Amino acid sequence: MLNVDYKPLMQSLAGACLAGLARAITGVIPIWLGTKPSRNQRIYFANHASHGDFILLASCLQPEERARTRAVAGADYWRSNRIRRFMAEDLLRTVLVERNGVERTQDPLDVMLKALDDGQSLIFFPEGTRNMSEEPLLRFRSGLYNLAIARPGVELVPCWIENMSRVLPKGMFLPVPLLCRVIFGAPIAVEPGEDRTLFLHRARQALLDLKPTNGAGR
Amino acid sequence: MADIYRLFIGLIAVLCAASLVAGILTWRSSKPASSTLVNLNARIRAWWVMVAAISLAFVFGRSGVIILFMLVSFAALREYVTLTHTRRSDHWVLIGMFLIVIPLQYYLVWTNWYGLYSIFIPVYCFLAMPALAALWGDTSRFLERISEQQWGLMLSVYCISHVPALVTLDIPGNEGRGLLLIAFLIATVQGSDVLQYIFGKLFGRNRISPNVSPSKTWEGLIGGIGSASLLGASLFWLTPFSSIEAGVLAGIACIMGFLGGLVASAIKRDRGVKDWGHMIEGHGGMLDRTDSLIFAAPVFFHIVRYAWT
Repeated sequence: MLNVDYKPLMQSLAGACLAGLARAITGVIPIWLGTKPSRNQRIYFANHASHGDFILLASCLQPEERARTRAVAGADYWRSNRIRRFMAEDLLRTVLVERNGVERTQDPLDVMLKALDDGQSLIFFPEGTRNMSEEPLLRFRSGLYNLAIARPGVELVPCWIENMSRVLPKGMFLPVPLLCRVIFGAPIAVEPGEDRTLFLHRARQALLDLKPTNGAGR
Repeated sequence: MADIYRLFIGLIAVLCAASLVAGILTWRSSKPASSTLVNLNARIRAWWVMVAAISLAFVFGRSGVIILFMLVSFAALREYVTLTHTRRSDHWVLIGMFLIVIPLQYYLVWTNWYGLYSIFIPVYCFLAMPALAALWGDTSRFLERISEQQWGLMLSVYCISHVPALVTLDIPGNEGRGLLLIAFLIATVQGSDVLQYIFGKLFGRNRISPNVSPSKTWEGLIGGIGSASLLGASLFWLTPFSSIEAGVLAGIACIMGFLGGLVASAIKRDRGVKDWGHMIEGHGGMLDRTDSLIFAAPVFFHIVRYAWT
């Protein structure tokens, strides 16, 4: 009997379909402002307000880079029922981390470091949850700093995702077609002697600086 | 249908000439080429794509043209709504605009139900959209939100749908030649945009409305519309009109087209953007290319409908 592992094929097909869909609906184009597409291992960190965010960001990457890039998402949400679990684990290959410190069985940092050590790039939302406030960006949680300290060789690329929260707001499942852009900034790194608070503040500012100022939504 | 081949052979000849001139200019210019030249090359490339898209639609006749302009409406409305203020509570109204209003409007055009497609958006959507928004209960910036979306539908869907609607007009002696009427309108209005640009670059001195658009000058306007009217008159063989009638209709369409461009510039200025989008390299977005057609199409349609049917 042939025992073909259909999973990688299904995953790359799902990835390509979602990227095509994201482009058809949002006409998304990447703006490489501070960096260029590269083969370097990266952590793309971005603002987060919609489930579409990581699909949009992934659709801006080149196919080989997209194939090795996985999004980090909350296990409490994505393991809460079978459909979500199937989508997150089997279809989209997300790295699921347990956000709740009391009940968790796995350290989120270990899970993410394992993915990095496998040579994968990550899409990471340092706010830790979807931003539902009027503020453009919430305070950063410390995960980004911990990753940066643990794997200093990985590039940290700030990515501003524009308009996706209007395309697919929280709680909606049908997207409104609106134009989106993803703006990639210059990679940042922890500087010698820089402490956690200072670095997280600087990383947050680097992301905010990419936010366009004109009237095209937020 | 021999006329349609003549038209497309003519168009391809013009584009070949433009590509040739631009190629020679680029070859002879100092490296790197100036931004005007880069933009010119991008524009000519985009023109090739647009002519190809329109030719393909014409191959499929009336249905092809209706589907093409439905896609144009989709792209235009998407660019427009992106620049408006939308709130989370508008979500279903917005989805309805894209998934129900656009297909229904074009379906009505396809079935030639003039009595409904001419009032569907200005009457029924006009009443239904604020009603839905009010039922939803979010009153924040209510007036602004509903009028912006109503405007978007009128510009991007209602007005644009009058281009394919030209096919449905029953003009005695013009049976089966509806597509040529569309070709006439697009060729003169888009030709006028190009000619205004050229005359403005060559002779432009006195600005019409410096606050709105610094590139629009009286010299460009008069030269462009005059020459586009002559172009229209020389294309009379596409239409049921005499050459004088064709010239007058082309002139009216081009004046409307100029006003459309001016209004589009005012909206962009208000929103602090240079282009509507990034869909067509060198041209910006779909609305940057169709703003003149939006204003010209309904007026052209109604004059022809009133006087020739």
